[in-house]
Parts: sequence; structure tokens; C-alpha cells
Amino acid sequence: MARITLDHIRHAYGPNPVSDKDYALREVDHEWEDGGAYALLGPSGCGKTTLLNIISGLLHPSHGRILFGGKDVTNLSTQERNIAQVFQFPVIYDTMTVYDNLAFPLRNRGVPEADIDRRVRDMLEIIDLSDWSDRKAQRLTADQKQKISLGRGLVRNDVNAILFDEPLTVIDPHMKWVLRSQLKRLHKQFGFTMVYVTHDQTEALTFADKVVVMYEGEIVQIGTPAELFERPRHTFVGYFIGSPGMNVLPARLDGARAMVGDVAVTLDHAPQAAPTDKIEIGIRPEFVRIGREGMPVRISRVEDIGRHRIVRAEFEGQPIAIISAEDEDIPADARITFDPAAINIYANSWRIGAKA
Amino acid sequence: MEKTWNNKAWFLVLPVLVLVAFSAVIPLMTVVNYSVQDTFGNNEFFWAGTDWFSQILSSSRFWDALGRNLIFSFIILAIEIPLGIFIALNMPKHGIGVPVCLVLMALPLLIPWNVVGTIWQVFGRVDIGLLGHALEAIGVDYNYVRNPADAWATVILMDVWHWTSLVVLLCYAGLVSIPDAYYQAAKIDGASRWAVFRYIQLPKMKRVLLIAVLLRFMDSFMIYTEPFVVTGGGPGNSTTFLSIDLVKMAIGQFDLGPAAAMSIIYFLIILLMSWVFYTVMTSSDADA
Ligand SMILES: Nc1ncnc2c1ncn2[C@@H]1O[C@H](COP(=O)(O)OP(=O)(O)OP(=O)(O)O)[C@@H](O)[C@H]1O
Ligand SMILES: [Mg+2]
Repeated sequence: MARITLDHIRHAYGPNPVSDKDYALREVDHEWEDGGAYALLGPSGCGKTTLLNIISGLLHPSHGRILFGGKDVTNLSTQERNIAQVFQFPVIYDTMTVYDNLAFPLRNRGVPEADIDRRVRDMLEIIDLSDWSDRKAQRLTADQKQKISLGRGLVRNDVNAILFDEPLTVIDPHMKWVLRSQLKRLHKQFGFTMVYVTHDQTEALTFADKVVVMYEGEIVQIGTPAELFERPRHTFVGYFIGSPGMNVLPARLDGARAMVGDVAVTLDHAPQAAPTDKIEIGIRPEFVRIGREGMPVRISRVEDIGRHRIVRAEFEGQPIAIISAEDEDIPADARITFDPAAINIYANSWRIGAKA
Repeated sequence: MEKTWNNKAWFLVLPVLVLVAFSAVIPLMTVVNYSVQDTFGNNEFFWAGTDWFSQILSSSRFWDALGRNLIFSFIILAIEIPLGIFIALNMPKHGIGVPVCLVLMALPLLIPWNVVGTIWQVFGRVDIGLLGHALEAIGVDYNYVRNPADAWATVILMDVWHWTSLVVLLCYAGLVSIPDAYYQAAKIDGASRWAVFRYIQLPKMKRVLLIAVLLRFMDSFMIYTEPFVVTGGGPGNSTTFLSIDLVKMAIGQFDLGPAAAMSIIYFLIILLMSWVFYTVMTSSDADA
């Protein structure tokens, strides 16, 4: 168990990185608390796998240091770091039985055979493969293989951290739910630090204490699900988290008002920004009220998704999404108002203003 | 959709049938034809039945040559397969080293058999050959013309030099097809170098190894040109393999009947051995 410190990590795959573009990881400088459950969220190619490989020691970062509980492990091997990692695609040892696959990491570490047997049988139970233990792993289906990969990571419960790289992608929804709750239970029981990469924000938000959002090789925000929802630090977070994502509208600042096109939006404070900055305002669809008062919009489409409706409209030439309740009336010449407390101001995509 | 049976389709395989007939079946049948007849010249043939076969099978000359062949093939496989695997494992997987190694490995394979023989014939000579001379100089009593052990060592060394590359290239092809994720998982699981070989690399190389073993077995079992050029089957009969004996019989003595019978026995042995290798090496796939 350990607190993981990433001290100004940068990584480039090529030999001579010059510009920021050459870096798969631009700059990661963060601390992951001991025993925390982190979900790592981000689009394809943003560097999630790279970051995990650096933590586990499969990759040596081009710059920076990694510390486990304050001890520098940058130059230690994967084995010395004592970390488990489950990969995006199932990796199994074809010629071994299911049982031997799970026992493999324990045998390599010289765990007594009686202990191995107990742990492997427990794990077979958890991943629901008890009946398959003596089968050769080669003939299994993709999701069974992935469960074995998962089991090989979890069977070592004395590790410093377990890193999961989208481990449940190939698994069917019901089993996904079961495995996720098992994972949560094991995490509570053994208290390892857990990093869980996923594309699926529901998975991330329900699973983790803290959600880490990555974008173009940088961590743009670490926070609780509520923080990511209410105060996205970067327009990307606003757009990526939430369904539909945050509305981001180009604007000009004028004291405690923001001008979107010709319309003035009232703010609850007067933000400070350099005149050259690209200013945008962000407002979540949940905090836009539709009615007969406020600023005019042109409604293009209404999607009824059961619990509520999503109204797609055009506001000053910009597309905007609005969430309205099922029973709410949508008038023909609709108007909208923004909840001033829910407006975030962005300069060059980063949040400014009430810097609390 | 209804499948239409159309015998015209046979015309499409006809070219292949004709080719195979000319290249394999017809020569083989001629051999079979010779093997059951006797002649005293003048193109007159008599039915000989299985006489030639029993004569061959009861001659110690045949069994000695067969024994030498088996020992030779066994030594060749025992050296070339592990050595080939070892070299393939140590070849670079990325960068400029890859093409360099591949070209170096391919070089011996590009040299024709008789030239290989000549090279080693000269290379090993005590008077002018680099190898022979060097061994002489450091006090090793080496002479492949007089000493059977030296002759064997020379022929084996030559074959290893010539053909290990083939095993290397086949194994290398198997190795580079292993995704990085397997090695990463092995590191995470704390696998030793041996475990990585045993559980990741060897299973992935198994298929190409089967091909390598079959090719090297058949080829070494049929070896002719190189020992013929280097030792001529000597000293004495010590490097007279089946093929050399066969040629002596067929062309040297013009005993077509016995030579044909021997060819057929030879062919059946190779077929049988290849089948055994194949069955043994693929049998472990079936249990699961
Ligand atoms: N072995 C490699 N060599 C060179 N470039 C690489 C290598 N692995 C990844 N990259 C590059 O580094 C960047 C980050 O890749 P990474 O695999 O970390 O993304 P990811 O967030 O895991 O994406 P995904 O969600 O698709 O798995 C990408 O631009 C990718 O092309
Ligand atoms: Mg990835």
C-alpha cells in the first residue's frame, strides 16, 4: 500500500522530443492517495495507458520521478515496485490451465502452495470460473479470458496498487456490474490504491472516489464527481463529463456581464481576464431554464429520453442543449435563462474567476 | 442457393494434376517399375518380384548407411534446433539491427549446396585451409581425409553453418508475432526469463518449430552433395549416407533394380519419420 507521487512526469516515445506535440504525456504532477480509488477518464490517445505503464514501471519516463510512499522508485523494475496491472486486451498463458494462470503470479513470488490454493480458489469463485479451473485457457471465450486477466491481478492482494486499463470492455453488461461490485468489495477489504481507466463516464462516476480526467497528455482535473460536474476546470471536462455535455459559448467580458453575440448574460461576479484571452462561458444543460422569459432561442429538436427531455436549440447562432422536465411546457417562442451561480468562465479553455 | 455440380470444374485442377504427374508420379512409377525387374542389358527386362527389396533389407551395407543417416539427422536436429532458437531469442526486435541480422542470417542459405561443399572442403584442408591450418597450428590433430571423427565433425559443422539460419529465421518470425502485451503481463506477474520462454515464447514458436524440425529432418536425411564433395563418403565408408550409397549403386555400378528398390524404401522411411514427428509435435494441441 502506498501513496503514489508523480513528480513532473513527462514522456515521449520518440528519441528527440522538441515541441509539446512530441510528448505522449506533457506534464503530470500529482499525488494519488494511499488506498484511493481513482477513475482515469479521457478520450482515445490521451495517454492513459502511457501513464499506467509509467506507474507500473513498464515504461521509464523521459523526465520526472515516481515515488511510492515518499520513496523514489523511478529506477526500480516492475517486479520491485510490486504492482498489479490488468491490460486493455486479455493476456493469458495459453498452455496453462485456468487454475495455473491464476496461480502463476503467486508461484513466481514463491508464495507457499497451500496459500496459493486458497487464494486461487477464492478468486475463481469471484470471477465465476470455478467449473473451468482445470481447462486449458486457450479454448475460452474473450470475456472469460479477460476475467482471467483480471483475476491474475486481483489474486495478488498485497500489492502497492492495482492498475486497470479498461478491463471490462469485452464483458457483458450484467457480468460487468457483478465484477465492478466485487472489485469495490476487494478494494474495501484490502485497501490497495486503485487506478481504473475507462471510457465510460457512468462507470467512472459510480466507481471512484476521485475521477481523473486526461486530455492531450495532461491531467486536466482531479476531483469528486460533483466537482467535475459543477466546476469543470477545463472546457474539455465540461464537454466530456455529463450527458449531454456542458454548453460552451464564445463570449466577451463586460464587467459582471458576458456578451454572447448581442445578448448580455448576467454573471454573479466580475471576472478578470487579459484582453487577448479567448473567453468562453460554460453552462450545463441542467442549469438552463426554458420558459417565456429571458433570452430568445430557436428550438430545432426535442429529444424525449424518458426521465426528462433534451431540447436542442440555437442561441445567438450557437447550438445549445437544455434539459427540461417531462411536464414542463415548451412555448412556441421559447426563451431561456441561465442560473448565474452555475456559469463558469473560461479563458483559453481554462476556468477563471472565483478561484476558490 | 442450390449448389450446381459441374464437372467442368475438374478442368481447373487439370494443370496441377499434369504438373504433379510429370514432376512426381511418373518418375516415381518408373522407379517402382525398375524395382521389380531385372535386366542383363539390351533393354530386356525380367520380372524380379520382391527380390531386390529382400536383398536390400538383408544387406548390412544398407543398414549401416541407414544407421549413419539416423545418427547424422539426430545430431543435426539436436544442434540446429536449440541453437536456432537461442540465436532467434537474442536477435534484436527493433531498429537498424533487424535488417543487418536478417541479411547475415540469410547469407548461408543463398549459397548453393555444391559450393558449400567446396568451401568447406578447402576450408578444412590441413595444407591450405584456414580451419585445418589453424587447428594444426594450435596443436589439434585434425585431418578429415584420414580420421572418421574429423570427417563427421566437418560435415556436421558445415551443415550447422549452412542451415541453422533457416531455423533462426523461422523462429524469429514466430517470436516477432508475439504482442508486447504478453511480455508486459509477464513482467507484472514477476515471471523469470525461463518462465517467459516456457510459457510465452515456446508456445508461440511451436508451429514454426514443427516446420523447422520437419524441413531439417528431411533435408539432413537426404543429404548428398555436401558430404559427397567434402569427403566423398570416406574415409572408408564412415560418411557414406543412404543417398551416397544409392548413387554409387545406381550410377557407379548401374544396378538399377536394387537402387530403385532402395529409393522406395528410403522414401517410405522419410515419409514415416515425418509422420511421426508431425503426430508427436501436434498431439499436445489436441488435449485441452
Ligand atoms: N509504443 C508506442 N510508440 C509510439 N507512440 C505510442 C506508443 N504507445 C502509444 N503511443 C502514442 O502515445 C499517445 C498516447 O497513447 P496511449 O496508448 O497512452 O493512449 P490511451 O489514452 O491509452 O488511448 P486508448 O484509450 O485508445 O487506449 C498516442 O498518441 C499514441 O499514438
Ligand atoms: Mg490505452
